Amino acid sequence: MEQLKTIGRELAMGSQGGFGQSKEFLDLVKSIGESRSKAEEDRIVLSEIDILKRKLLEPDVPKRKMKEYIIRLVYIEMLGHDASFGYIHAVKMTHDDNLLLKRTGYLAVTLFLDEDHDLIILIVNTIQKDLRSDNYLVVCAALNAVCRLINEETIPAVLPQVVDLLNHGKEAVRKKAIMALHRFHRKSPSSVSHLVSNFRRKLCDSDPGVMGATLCPLFDLISEDVASYKDLVSSFVGILKQVTERKLPKSYDYHQMPAPFIQIKLLKIMALLSSGDKSASEMMYMVLGDLFRKCDSSTNIGNAILYECIRCISCIIPSPKLLEDAAEAISKFLKSDSHNLKYMGIDGLGRLIKISSDIAEQHQLAVIDCLEDPDDTLKRKTFELLYKMTKSSNVEVIVDRMIDYMISINDNHYKTEIASRCVELAEQFAPSNQWFIQIMNKVFEHAGDLVNIKVAHNLMRLIAEGFGEDDDDADNKLRLSAVESYLQIISEPKLPSLFLQVISWVLGEYGTADGKYSASYISGKLCDVADAYSSDETVKGYAVTALMKIYAFEIASGRKVDVLPECQSLIEELLASHSTDLQQRAYELQALLALDARAVESILPLDASCEDIEVDKDLSFLNGYIQQAIESGAQPYVSERERSGGMFETTDYHSQDHHEVTSHALRFEAYELPKPSVPSQASTTALVPVPEPSYYSEPHQPISTSSSVSERESSEIKLRLDGVKQKWGRPSYQSSTSASSSTPPQAANGTSTHSDGGGVASSSSSKPRSSYESKKPEIDPEKQRLAASLFGGSSSSRSDRKSSSGGGHKPAKGTANKAATVPKENPIPVPDLLDFDEPTGTSDVAATDPFKELEGLMESSSQDGGGSTDVMGLYSTDASAPVKTTTSVDSLLSELSDSSRGTYHQSQTTKGPNSKEALEKDALIRQMGVNPTSQNPTLFKDLLG
Amino acid sequence: RSEKRTQKALEGKMGIRFILMVNKQGQTRLAQYYEWLTLEQRRALEGEIVRKCLARNDQQCSFVEHRNYKIVYRRYASLFFMVGVDDDENELAILEFIHLLVETMDKHFGNVCELDIMFHLEKAHFMLEEMVMNGCIVETSKANILSPIQLMDKAH
Repeated sequence: MEQLKTIGRELAMGSQGGFGQSKEFLDLVKSIGESRSKAEEDRIVLSEIDILKRKLLEPDVPKRKMKEYIIRLVYIEMLGHDASFGYIHAVKMTHDDNLLLKRTGYLAVTLFLDEDHDLIILIVNTIQKDLRSDNYLVVCAALNAVCRLINEETIPAVLPQVVDLLNHGKEAVRKKAIMALHRFHRKSPSSVSHLVSNFRRKLCDSDPGVMGATLCPLFDLISEDVASYKDLVSSFVGILKQVTERKLPKSYDYHQMPAPFIQIKLLKIMALLSSGDKSASEMMYMVLGDLFRKCDSSTNIGNAILYECIRCISCIIPSPKLLEDAAEAISKFLKSDSHNLKYMGIDGLGRLIKISSDIAEQHQLAVIDCLEDPDDTLKRKTFELLYKMTKSSNVEVIVDRMIDYMISINDNHYKTEIASRCVELAEQFAPSNQWFIQIMNKVFEHAGDLVNIKVAHNLMRLIAEGFGEDDDDADNKLRLSAVESYLQIISEPKLPSLFLQVISWVLGEYGTADGKYSASYISGKLCDVADAYSSDETVKGYAVTALMKIYAFEIASGRKVDVLPECQSLIEELLASHSTDLQQRAYELQALLALDARAVESILPLDASCEDIEVDKDLSFLNGYIQQAIESGAQPYVSERERSGGMFETTDYHSQDHHEVTSHALRFEAYELPKPSVPSQASTTALVPVPEPSYYSEPHQPISTSSSVSERESSEIKLRLDGVKQKWGRPSYQSSTSASSSTPPQAANGTSTHSDGGGVASSSSSKPRSSYESKKPEIDPEKQRLAASLFGGSSSSRSDRKSSSGGGHKPAKGTANKAATVPKENPIPVPDLLDFDEPTGTSDVAATDPFKELEGLMESSSQDGGGSTDVMGLYSTDASAPVKTTTSVDSLLSELSDSSRGTYHQSQTTKGPNSKEALEKDALIRQMGVNPTSQNPTLFKDLLG
Repeated sequence: RSEKRTQKALEGKMGIRFILMVNKQGQTRLAQYYEWLTLEQRRALEGEIVRKCLARNDQQCSFVEHRNYKIVYRRYASLFFMVGVDDDENELAILEFIHLLVETMDKHFGNVCELDIMFHLEKAHFMLEEMVMNGCIVETSKANILSPIQLMDKAH
């Protein structure tokens, strides 16, 4: 049978220039396949655009030909070029009676158009017609299009028909109709709110495919409103039970696993439904327990289900037995050689740690392995876990690690995320104010342009307000340490703008407060900042205002102010600045310098950034002035909104509610009769009642009060100080040292992959670097210390282990901590710890451009495909002109990473030359025009075995 | 307003955001997006993702984070299959979904290779249309996936 099929295919290729397509099309595909660079590909596509623009305009293009043109348009867009000139032809093709052409038309349209595209209106009618078709395949094609093209406004046009199709005789139609409703629900929940009962009903559809599809909308509905679907728990449990007992048709099996994708969806839904619900959770114990027993952890799909079970258990209220099962599954994942499974294990750990906090401890070494792994994905996942398990005892180690990593990466998206996590953890768990300031400095220094501006405001606020303890002394110390650290950092090149703003503000407020630094020293530094970042107006503004404060404090305290020459020239420069803001600040500063001490003190009182300023939003103090002006004949103020409001047509007010809808929406009901307009109301002076003008909320404020920043932000932004006070304070490192010496016996239990070494504690201290290179399976003492500082939090089990620790090395409290936190003199992100696999080599690979490398690969691939170069010649009509192709014709399945056998590691070794050889042979045979007499034996071993 | 918020929330958990097939030269062979991106956005996204995935070795995870997506990818001979998913997806399941897709294509084409997909781009898309709707996996039975395509073939 298979042979016949192959023969048929070869014949088809020979007879009609390939796979039933024209020579032109084959040539296009061929040349795209052969192109060796993006530039070459672009050239091909551009010339193709020219050709198609011409061809599409020709009269009477045959339909088959047109279908091919449409596919060529798809190619053009797929390769990144605009094919909008041909969209209309794809739209036209959806009208065709021929199913294949119609479906191709729909496909192209869904690929080309976004749901709000103007051309969609031309398709809605066709869709309506097709939904009524007798041919269920036409209905299916239309429903596919409905799921892609119908937007909120066109839903009513097709909704009744879609609802009718829910009871169609063909299961494929029912399934797609459900998904269309699902789409409507996503686009506009209110449009189908009266129809959601259909989703419940279709859960009991006789066809398992329809049932499986129905789980998608139900998942959405349940995640919005859990309470209304609690009654379905038993149904879902029942369905899952039936699935696992193989009650579904065999065609849903995947690698001997019954309907795994449906199982996973069910587990997701059950997790939602039973979250925090004891009785609902209990209903699931049985089936979840069964799954743990039944799932084959040697296959990927089995592990996928196991992982979903772990997720489910982390959401519900689990039984101790299930927790145990989940923990066991996780430890299997973590011990696996496959990075994928390790990743899932770390993720599972992060979920389970919420309900059983000591579970991470037994895996500490595995976790640290993952943290040290050169694989970025794994590393990030591990950071996520660390973030979840941070507490005041390990916050320093974790945040230090995070910051090192943050500095080492270039990906701004992730940098932002990890920076904000550092800030969050530091705010929540900081052991001391100094540490907090230090961490914030690092975050600002290395990711200052990425962090939210609120973080800066929070920091300034914190420095100004102190930590909420009524201890002025401590607050002053904090400020001084901030000032000192900023004075150190300030001269470093290229600091982020936001950080400079913080620095300037703090120096202005507190630079001279302690008396340690003179006004001229601080003002000199501020001038340097304004000078060095002369293109950044915000920073300059902050610097000038800071200068003003410094001088104000000097004047107020009765000292004589000597304005430094560089300050003087800065002021002069700013007086002529293009920025009115800077200009104003400079003028204010100049004016302030001329005032006496008493006046200055009331303008800029010392350390007053935290004082409340009463804001008179109505500016009532001006009422007298206004009254006077009006009495003397001035016009009353008309707000901008009122002024512009008068210009609208009166009818707009009449139907303001409809206004938005009518402007864009497609209307399906008849238009209402025009109403006679009312001209008298249309005059520009007519006052239309307007809701309270919104722009009063931002009162005019003198720009340079001492409180400019923190005051404005004070209403919305608050540092999370609640709960912090209790947590702060010196952590005791007692625990971490004891835990570090207690790691060896644990490792011997086999928690670590390198654990057979045994007595590490005694040998470790004398063996530094060389041991890594020899790749001895020993646990690095550094790693142990790290583990201890990460995991050695509060745990009951530690105390008894403490007694069993016969550790030879027991470093002093201070050093243990130092080493674990990776101190400053070691700025490269921990290269020494565990990089067994040639750290330099891997980083090189990562740095090189993959495309460049590929060019090398290409060459070799075209060489080793040397025997298989004439494939295209066979396919083309003109067999005498063989063409070279670089596109590989290897069977895709040949190198698949052996999913049925699970671990990738194995597959690496087992497969290789054998199947490759077989493939090459197969390809060769096919080129020679000989039909293989038997299926290539090695090809399908993985799949069908 | 609350409707808008629900809609946002719903679009936030699309499940599958896109499916890409890219060969090891970085050339796109099939692209299907389940949320609308402009041509420019697609081009940028594909370039970045392909660069990231091609730079990885076989021992590393088959998952890569990229912006707000997670990419699950798998290599078959010369072709990479890349699926962009939400943070909430089960990565291993997506990995197996890719394999199911390849098995399905293999069942239809027989010894499926890159050229099959290039010459029958629309058919590969039709299969995806049966398997994934609204970013959700809706059909996993190979017989059900292929039957409309076989019926269409027969009609011609």
